[in-house]
Amino acid sequence: MITIRGVDKFYGSVQVLRGCSLEVARGEVVVVCGPSGSGKSTLLQCVNGLLPFQRGEIVVNGTSVRDPRTDLPRLRAHVGMVFQHFELFPHLTIRENVVLGQVQVLRRGRAEAVENALRLLDRVGLRAHADKHPAQLSGGQQQRVAIARALAMDPVCMLFDEPTSALDPELIGEVLEVMVELAREGMTMMCVTHEMGFARRVAHRVVFMDEGRILEDAPTEAFFAAPSSERARQFLSRLLQH
Amino acid sequence: MYALDWSSVPTAWPLLLRGARITLEITVVAVGAGMVWGTALAVMRLSPMRPVAWLAALYVNAFRAVPLVMVLLWFRLLVPAFLERLFALPRAADVRLASSLTAFALFEAAYYAEIIRAGIHGVSPGQRKAALALGLTSMQAMRLVILPQAFRNMLPLLLTQAIILFQDTSLVYVASLADFFGMADIVGRRDGRQVELLLFAGGCYFAVCFAASALVRRQRGARVVT
Amino acid sequence: MGYVWRWSVFLEPVPSGGGTYLGWLLAGLRATALVSLLAWAGALVLGVIFGVLRTVPSRPLRLLGAAYVEAFRNVPLLVQLFVWFYVVPELLPAQMGRWVKGLPPETQQLVASSVCLAIFTGARVCEQVRAGIQSLSGGQGKAALALGLTVPQAYRHVLLPVALRIILPPLTSELLNLVKNSAVASTIGLLELAAQGRQLVDYTAQPYESFIAVTALYVAVNLALLGVGRWLEGRARLPGGFQAGR
Repeated sequence: MITIRGVDKFYGSVQVLRGCSLEVARGEVVVVCGPSGSGKSTLLQCVNGLLPFQRGEIVVNGTSVRDPRTDLPRLRAHVGMVFQHFELFPHLTIRENVVLGQVQVLRRGRAEAVENALRLLDRVGLRAHADKHPAQLSGGQQQRVAIARALAMDPVCMLFDEPTSALDPELIGEVLEVMVELAREGMTMMCVTHEMGFARRVAHRVVFMDEGRILEDAPTEAFFAAPSSERARQFLSRLLQH
Repeated sequence: MYALDWSSVPTAWPLLLRGARITLEITVVAVGAGMVWGTALAVMRLSPMRPVAWLAALYVNAFRAVPLVMVLLWFRLLVPAFLERLFALPRAADVRLASSLTAFALFEAAYYAEIIRAGIHGVSPGQRKAALALGLTSMQAMRLVILPQAFRNMLPLLLTQAIILFQDTSLVYVASLADFFGMADIVGRRDGRQVELLLFAGGCYFAVCFAASALVRRQRGARVVT
Repeated sequence: MGYVWRWSVFLEPVPSGGGTYLGWLLAGLRATALVSLLAWAGALVLGVIFGVLRTVPSRPLRLLGAAYVEAFRNVPLLVQLFVWFYVVPELLPAQMGRWVKGLPPETQQLVASSVCLAIFTGARVCEQVRAGIQSLSGGQGKAALALGLTVPQAYRHVLLPVALRIILPPLTSELLNLVKNSAVASTIGLLELAAQGRQLVDYTAQPYESFIAVTALYVAVNLALLGVGRWLEGRARLPGGFQAGR
């Protein structure tokens, strides 16, 4: 589903991604972790072409991201993304947030889009808030709406960029529950996150990044039991202390 | 197609320079007086004495609600006669420059007052408390602690307002006073070369203002780093 | 003091007959309103277009926006007005130039004033729009693109609706400035409010009444537009504020 091969990315003369290679098969859930500044969010945003990269190749569902002939909006329509700061559109109601992409990008009829939106909001437990505006909801609620917004596009895979990092601790659980359910339904997911509990529950593989490089790429249990690199060991021990 | 003939520009130079002197004179006086009076107004608006604060607010809002053209006309057409009547003065010969200077200073003060008021509000309230705790009077706190910081914070806006003022001096045209632009227009009409002179004047203003704005931007950038 | 106040002068007929001095005053107000409205419409269109241009990913387009702003912000309004009124008709291709110069003077004055004020104010509106868009979190643009919206769609459905709401207060200020700047049109003969003020001073012997009336009208228009601005801001307010997720 997602193939990343030898990706290098530079900001000017500063290299932020070094030779990253990674595969995510259909139905797989891959967690990407690592210290801040390791390039995990950057790599994720390269997958749907939000950030450009200078060398290497990324292929999503058969489409090459860097090919100039690729219609990026069309590609992105089928790749769902959830952001750390939710990024709901403040001037639209919750319902309209979930409807916008369907109508403007997928060109669905409004009635169908609204019905779909309400169904998805129901699924994440927020249908009752459909007429409110984002600022009236808690962070956890906003993030669940953001997931519904992405799902409304019927994506072939979902990218999560630290979805719970901006949430108060007591709100993290409700978002993770939605993500776990999604994983159990067989959605292909690539998640940048610090939530190791989530990783252990549903991730098939864990990828560890540091300083722009992928240092480890192992099945979940193997990663937690015996990480092969020293950096990964340090990172895990510090993380699990909390 | 109109054939541009720039030959009248060099010959107009002495008159243009005379006009430029007027432009600069008005700019400098209006910026200076405007800032002083504007600062006073800003401080007055914060006065605990309600009538004082109210009057200052009224002044600022009144001058900001009317066009500069009207203020220039007021001071050119009405105020000299009014003052003559009031003080039984002899008929003054040429009040064009004096009336324009006064009008600009009083008008710009209202705009400077708002900039400085914003600057004062931007200084953290703890500064005033610390100054008073040291034993400084309210006036000393304002003069020695708050205002210097307010000025430093608002320097880019103060400079930008000066550039705007520099451009606005061209409006003395309505008071029949010839500044740089006015001279360009007069020479243009006299020589039948209005097109060239107006374009030349426009070019000069552009060059000066563009350079000045660039300098202000550079200064703002330097300040942000420190 | 020696000055005789006579407010009834406004009801007196003008020398040319066919109206009162009050009629002149109101005609001036109408002209000011017309020029301001035309110019504001133009300024909004230009301001939004160039404001968007200054924020798009394409560097040449951004430079085009910057050039527009610099060109019309660094030359005094009066100079720009004279260029539009006296210079542009001369520089147009011969046939167009003749047609323009053949138009009735009032039309020439109105067109030159409206175009000049629209372009001048448009540069300022452009900067407001740019500031508004840039005040949005970068994530908003990314979220819009991640949904599959094209760049124009992202501006239309996500960035501009919020940016324009945010900049309503400074936009109201720009409109107020525009109305005040319209007085400059009196220099090319447009009989707007300030010009009518001068006429009244010349024709009646009551300069104080004339100018007080004109000044009062400017203040009244100012206050009215401020009121409209406040009302619009109230309508545009979003429940809970603008920054969702912060």
